[in-house]
Amino acid sequence: MFHRESGVFKTSYAADMALYPLPITKWAAAAFAGLFIVLAPLTLGEYYISILDLILIAVVGALGLNILVGYTGQISIGHGAFMSVGAYTAANLVVHLHAPFWVTIPAGGLMAALIGAVVGIPSLRIKGIYLAIATLAAQLIIEWTINHVPAISGGVQASIQVPRPSLFGTQLKSQTQLYLFLMAFAVLAIVATSNLVRSRIGRAFVAVRDQDIAAEIIGINTFRYKLWAFAISSFYAGVTGVLYTYYLGIANYEQFQINVSIDYLAMVIIGGLGSILGSILGAIFVTLLPIATRWFLESFGGLIFSQADLANIIPNLRLILFGGLIIFFLVVEPEGLNRLWRNIRNYFRVWPFSY
Amino acid sequence: MRSASTAVLVAVGLCFAGAATAQEKEVLIAWQCDRTGPTQIVGVVYCPAIQDYIDLINSKGGVEGYKIKSSELDNEYKVPQAVEEYERQKQMGAVSMMIYGTPQAQALNQKLVEDKIPGTSPGFGISASADGTRFPYLFPIAATYWSQAAGAIQFIKEKLGGSLKGKKIAYVYYDNPAGHEPLPVLEDLQKIEGFEMRSFAVPPPGVEMGAQVLDIAQRYRPDFVINHLFGRSPSVAVKEYKRAGYPLSKVIGLVWASAEADILAAGGWAVAEGYHTLQFAGAGDDYPIRQEIKAMYKAQGKEPPKGMDDTVIYNRAILNTALHVEAIRNAIKATGGRKPTGEDVKKGFEQIHDFTLGGLFPPLKITPEDHEGGGWVQIFQVKGGKFVKETDWFRGYPEVVAAAVKKAE
Repeated sequence: MFHRESGVFKTSYAADMALYPLPITKWAAAAFAGLFIVLAPLTLGEYYISILDLILIAVVGALGLNILVGYTGQISIGHGAFMSVGAYTAANLVVHLHAPFWVTIPAGGLMAALIGAVVGIPSLRIKGIYLAIATLAAQLIIEWTINHVPAISGGVQASIQVPRPSLFGTQLKSQTQLYLFLMAFAVLAIVATSNLVRSRIGRAFVAVRDQDIAAEIIGINTFRYKLWAFAISSFYAGVTGVLYTYYLGIANYEQFQINVSIDYLAMVIIGGLGSILGSILGAIFVTLLPIATRWFLESFGGLIFSQADLANIIPNLRLILFGGLIIFFLVVEPEGLNRLWRNIRNYFRVWPFSY
Repeated sequence: MRSASTAVLVAVGLCFAGAATAQEKEVLIAWQCDRTGPTQIVGVVYCPAIQDYIDLINSKGGVEGYKIKSSELDNEYKVPQAVEEYERQKQMGAVSMMIYGTPQAQALNQKLVEDKIPGTSPGFGISASADGTRFPYLFPIAATYWSQAAGAIQFIKEKLGGSLKGKKIAYVYYDNPAGHEPLPVLEDLQKIEGFEMRSFAVPPPGVEMGAQVLDIAQRYRPDFVINHLFGRSPSVAVKEYKRAGYPLSKVIGLVWASAEADILAAGGWAVAEGYHTLQFAGAGDDYPIRQEIKAMYKAQGKEPPKGMDDTVIYNRAILNTALHVEAIRNAIKATGGRKPTGEDVKKGFEQIHDFTLGGLFPPLKITPEDHEGGGWVQIFQVKGGKFVKETDWFRGYPEVVAAAVKKAE
């Protein structure tokens, strides 16, 4: 991530597809792992860990959506609904069968993948904004179904209490324990995605995105790969839903409504379509921005406004700032934070001899 | 980039640490309250009212020698935000919390138990949380949706001459979990009282219900209608009943369909004349505590805030805050002047008994088993430009509600 190679020396496909293009990449990855897995839980307070927890959950969901929207070019605004599918699958397994998390997480993912593949069928005939409406319909249908079928929702309140996950007999209760639990899955998701996009399937996705007729001509079965993209993306969404359920201790469809789908779409667009780092940056940005703007207003708002007015101004100004900053970053770099980061890197790659 | 964000986090942390150092004789009440988002129509009145009451208590010297500190955060009715804010308020040292929103109450319930901080959800949240043994740190402290529905049926029964046999009741509800929640109790009551009931769902956001109202007024023609709606939809409903010619004196609104703002948005008091509203805190201006708050503003040389005119929502905020303050008072008394913990305040809540603040609240009796305090409601009718009290505080079918709470296990 921080390495600066002096040129392109790759001579084989294997070198081009390598997970670590340079030895230093490996060290950088290890350093990040050390920082976030060892140092962060030891040094940060519970509150900051809880923010990181929310970011980790968002990272998994954003990665999944980026596979579909960024890599395969199929737009979806039903991501929130796929999360609820995972959440309720897991919650029902826990409540009725007392299933442990290593069963419920894949099960939730697989159920979401199944439903996602079904929802993906219209993508074979329609594209772009039309597909967006089809996935919107899926979002509404899934919401309605959960809301009205007690067998899924567990009663009229449509919420199922789920005990926290346990590992080797200890229940993961504190924010730090949950942080390590969520971190494991976030790392798994990052590694899986970076392997996926380097593989044959990932390259087929990119071919479909760039021009699906051309992809078909060179022998890619677009039918299969579009459905794969929907299924894989929904699998991630399902896992996100299960993680969320464990984190909060409850499955509730009101936590996965249309605005959540929009939030995740915002994450991948702001972060950068078709990039793993972009998904992570987008998840951090969208989760942290409201917190940071509020902190900023609380710290400096008192200089301009009276304390009583401040209570009224902060929430409203926060929304305005949130929207304004999204517009600002997209104007500065329409291809997202990932591109912004690469521009900075490219600048320093040849610095100070840029000519 | 990740390390950069950590640096920001650490910097933010240092700033918070400065703000969080609490002084000796202070207790922190934390609340979440939405001045933005889908429920802002309630929040813009509700949130400042909480602060007003705390200011009043502090201006009178606080509680048992302790000043009340406050923390208000807006979660935009989003659950992740609510969780983050909860963690922050916990870190600030909150000993009691006011929750805002039903999904938020469900998401925070488990955390409240783990952190031993009592949280209140008056008039919303989980009906089954009336059971203090199963939900030790969640306090509805006012009539839950189940008690509200039972209260409405009791009122309708009296209105229709003491018997509901063969009568028709329409239940109009917002199609979300909170809207569905009263259904089991209504079905139980249907069996007991032998009335006929049909439910009419209003899909969110609830601003279009011409078809449902026409169906009710022209085809079903019920003897009474129960409105269980939120946000903008209550005002739309009132308008539509008027247009369809269904008498509003045969409509009762549950607690979130019964504020001044709803009446005004429907076209004013004349339009809604006759509409019955169910309340868990008194409506109107005739309560001594409201005069005290006005006097406090006058003493500062300021006009009382406009929000006070929305008496229904304002008074509910007073109920919520006053019970928190009272619980803290009980807790400090019990600990002999030591700064109370969340656990002490929980016990303080469970000692609240007959604290009515001049009739603004019902004669609540909160116990370790009953966190609802009895499920009292009161009916007010729109008459001549204001809410007029129709009944005294009463409990509708407490045994049926208790059975439902027990069954929810």
